Amino acid sequence: MGILICQNCQKAPATVHLTDIIPPHGEKRERHLCDTCAVEEGITTKQHESVQNVLQEFIKQKAGIQEIAQVTCPECGISFREFRNQGLLGCSNDYKAFDKYLTPLIERAHDNATHHIGKVPARAGSGVKRQDGLSRLKRELEDAIESENYERAARLRDQIRTMET
Amino acid sequence: MGINDLTNGIGAWLSGEGPLADVVISSRIRLARNLAGYNFLSRASESERRKVYRNLSDCIAESGVGQDCFFIDMEQLGEIDRQLLVERHLISRQLAEAEGSRGVAISRTETRSLMINEEDHLRIQVLRSGLQLEQLWTEINDIDDQLEQAVDFAFDSKFGYLTACPTNVGTGIRVSVMLHLPALKLTQEIEKVLRAAKDMHLAVRGLYGEGTEAIGDFFQVSNQTTLGVNEEELVREFSRNVIPKVVEYESAAREMLAKERTHQLDDKIWRAFGTLQTARTMSSEETLFHLSHVRMGVNMRRFDRTDLPTVNELFLRCQPAHLQKMIGERLDGEHRSIARADYLRRRLSSNN
Repeated sequence: MGILICQNCQKAPATVHLTDIIPPHGEKRERHLCDTCAVEEGITTKQHESVQNVLQEFIKQKAGIQEIAQVTCPECGISFREFRNQGLLGCSNDYKAFDKYLTPLIERAHDNATHHIGKVPARAGSGVKRQDGLSRLKRELEDAIESENYERAARLRDQIRTMET
Repeated sequence: MGINDLTNGIGAWLSGEGPLADVVISSRIRLARNLAGYNFLSRASESERRKVYRNLSDCIAESGVGQDCFFIDMEQLGEIDRQLLVERHLISRQLAEAEGSRGVAISRTETRSLMINEEDHLRIQVLRSGLQLEQLWTEINDIDDQLEQAVDFAFDSKFGYLTACPTNVGTGIRVSVMLHLPALKLTQEIEKVLRAAKDMHLAVRGLYGEGTEAIGDFFQVSNQTTLGVNEEELVREFSRNVIPKVVEYESAAREMLAKERTHQLDDKIWRAFGTLQTARTMSSEETLFHLSHVRMGVNMRRFDRTDLPTVNELFLRCQPAHLQKMIGERLDGEHRSIARADYLRRRLSSNN
């Protein structure tokens, strides 16, 4: 079998293959569409961005900016460039050292989430930590409302609700 | 107990028992943790790796967590034995192939394994047959609590548990379920299900997790995001919503096949069995393909020449490292295919 061409646009190769069962007799109808036409018909939505894509795009965006690549963690000595290349951080302090550049990347990889809302180590004085996280979220919510970023505000509000219940 | 004792049995997670086990082969949860005060592994010197290894293995051994576990130092293990542990889902490929101090503690029932110095300092995983995620969460949460009494894990109030790769940060949890979906494949409805899963931000992978393609009718579904979702909620969503829905689709497809394509369905099952029973050379991939159809036949109660425990055992023992271990020598691909076919004929011959 050769490559199927999209039945809709007749141009791009078909990547979405559907078999519809048509009632009442259950006849089968096969359909072959390309990605774009499938999205347009509402059959599929755009795929969740893979981490690699997010990272690649981020790198592309920032590629010209030498200054970022050269930021180095004082604790483990890894540079942001090295992190970019291997995809792995060097120590827990990198989350602080690269905060500015890492945060947007983390938010994209995690479906726009900005804060941890799960388990907290018992030994770390969980009440304090949770409270700390909560007050930070509330501060960010205020900022978001002030800057009229309502989409972000709604997300933060949901996270606060989850934490408070 | 050591690695050679493992090969006598099959892991409890492959028993074929538990809720929805005709579609859900197994459930797994893993947690990623790092010790506070040590570099992550990409920046750790060998002496630092060794300290992490000693620190964590002592901690596991001295807490209740390691009570029914045996320890394996990966540096002492040959290639086939390392591969054998991967085939039994007890360690990752990464741990098998990495270098430097690293190891694993495995429980005797093979339902629990703690990998030291994989991508993170510690990867805890628990496994069970069928859909049992809520029980697994209770178990792994308890293991984590016990370890936490002895060591400090890297944690931050904003980002949660800190991990080497930012994609695991937050809860460090990965919930995954291994599904057997032969009827959705046969009715060509599998694409729809896979796309729906992707739209829900779930990852769909092959038998051995990250970096492996789905082979044949087996799919591993797992969460992608670890930040901004709490563990209980994620587990509940998987065990009460996502997975039961996929199982429902698969069951409906099986019913449809049984009712409307009876002969074609039985033909698939019987031909698969006949091939496994008579072939003279058999690749891993072909074995999976045929065993999948036989498994479906057994689970649909349309086929009784063999049973589920046997089918599950054959899945395990037909893999390359298991075969070579059984034969007792290294074999190239061609000779493995011959040995595999011999073994299958022996196990499935009608005289037994």
